[in-house]
Amino acid sequence: MSKTVLNVALPKGRLGERVYTMFANAGFPCPSILEPNRKLIFENEECGVRYFWVKPSDVAIYVERGAADIGVAGKDILLEYTPDVYELLDLKTGVCKMAVAAPVGFRDPAHRALRVATKFSKIAADYYASRGREIDIVHLNGSIEIAPILGLTDVIVDIVETGKTLKENNLAVVEDIVPISARLIANKASFQFKNQPIEQIVASLSAQCSAQA
Amino acid sequence: MDERVLQQEERASLSLRRLYAAYGYTHYKMSKFEEYDLYVQNKSFLVSDQVITFTDTNGRLMALKPDVTLSIVKNTDAPTESVQKLYYDENVYRVSGRDNAYREIKQVGLECQGRIDAACIAEVLALAEQSLCALGGDYVLCVSHLGILCAVLDALSLSTRARARVLACIAEKNLHGMEAILEEEQVGVEERAPLRALLTTYGAPAEVVARLRDALPVSACEMLNELDCLLGALSGAKLRLDFSIVQDMSYYNGIVFCGYVEKIPSRVLSGGQYDRLVQRMGKKTGAIGFAVYLDLLTGRDEELSDYDVDAVLCYGSESAPDAVLAAAAELRAQGMCVTVQPSRPAALRYRRLYQLEKGVCRLVEDRA
Repeated sequence: MSKTVLNVALPKGRLGERVYTMFANAGFPCPSILEPNRKLIFENEECGVRYFWVKPSDVAIYVERGAADIGVAGKDILLEYTPDVYELLDLKTGVCKMAVAAPVGFRDPAHRALRVATKFSKIAADYYASRGREIDIVHLNGSIEIAPILGLTDVIVDIVETGKTLKENNLAVVEDIVPISARLIANKASFQFKNQPIEQIVASLSAQCSAQA
Repeated sequence: MDERVLQQEERASLSLRRLYAAYGYTHYKMSKFEEYDLYVQNKSFLVSDQVITFTDTNGRLMALKPDVTLSIVKNTDAPTESVQKLYYDENVYRVSGRDNAYREIKQVGLECQGRIDAACIAEVLALAEQSLCALGGDYVLCVSHLGILCAVLDALSLSTRARARVLACIAEKNLHGMEAILEEEQVGVEERAPLRALLTTYGAPAEVVARLRDALPVSACEMLNELDCLLGALSGAKLRLDFSIVQDMSYYNGIVFCGYVEKIPSRVLSGGQYDRLVQRMGKKTGAIGFAVYLDLLTGRDEELSDYDVDAVLCYGSESAPDAVLAAAAELRAQGMCVTVQPSRPAALRYRRLYQLEKGVCRLVEDRA
């Protein structure tokens, strides 16, 4: 009988490499993943694990659709796209926040709809709906910071890490929306059929996070 | 009947219909259309609140039905002392969460309305388990009880908004998210313990019940014992108790459940006891049922054939029609699927090519 293979979607980039180390420490190493090449799929048959490098914003899709059993995705992606997955653990890495930022000296034009530039339309809409504030969303895909500078919008809703990009563009955070960090997610069906290895990973990653804290 | 020509979902539909009929459920056939008003009044019962509508010839706003249960509850008279048992095999029309497009979704299921007691619930759960088994491969049936979840939540006296957020976390098995909300709401660590236990304890029913007995308040324990009794009537091996199954509590009360089969990444069966929906629609009875989403079977264990047909029979213009049909019938009698063509079709993948000339059928090409 062939061993069950756990399929893991990792986000390409530094976060994915950091998280892979945690998985390796949990008993699911696959050393070939760190070799410098352009391969995207790596398997360790002995441990019963297969890793994929995936665009960070696509991890949740692979997990929701069952191509991956588990994966690591940012809370921003989970809030924006609301995939039907289990969110099993906050990995407390990739820590940043979703915030409203505006040009320094900004005053809210309360007499009209607030114009908001963002890549995260749902997060922005939900946030301002909870505040009862009418907004006009301008969905942009990058360089969100220049939108209020050019007068396209009043504010932006975006991820803020160090705040350096905002500062260099004479913007400042006016409201925090929600903290963001990397989360371990699981396909709901895989959770039933591959429960033992998934629980093993959750337990170990949780212990590693606690130890780092 | 040669079932090889059936698609997976068609074979599954036949198996499930045979199963439900064997238990005395009668087939309920419904119209494709329903008054839109029915769905407007019960939007949160629907999987998706986006509905295809049109105005009929009488000026009424109608909908291509996105759901079967609401129509059955509306259009049937449920008895109070016995149980009306119906099964259905219908297409519903709703927006697929995956690509945000309207889809036609094949759904088979059953509904019981009337005097819903423990025996009826046990039978429905047994049929749910057998339905999953009929789909083939490994399966799991997860069961929860909204009454137990409610009893534990009620003890925390959360605001409506906080309760909704906590329920969302429970549905995601998001323990850290739930703890953060309870911390914000100043719910103490000890007060949170029963809810934490519900979220973190799942698996084989006997083990879960044993571990939860000491962790839950008395009101929840009574329901837990009833649930334990109920589940004892089932085979058990593929059953899981899992309190992360959350449904809209304005419609569902009591037992809720969902089923998974291997190689299908989302739940393929979903159901529960929905007395509150029936009572909202003015009836004094209970109800329980489930749906199996056969569209999810598409592509599972797909075996694509190398050929579109077994044989092509080509005939010249001199061949009489009766000779052509007779030659094709003779090939079919040998068990082949045969297409009759005036010339060799370029795009068709065939195993054998026959030519009918002067009344004689010759094998011209064999690709097997």
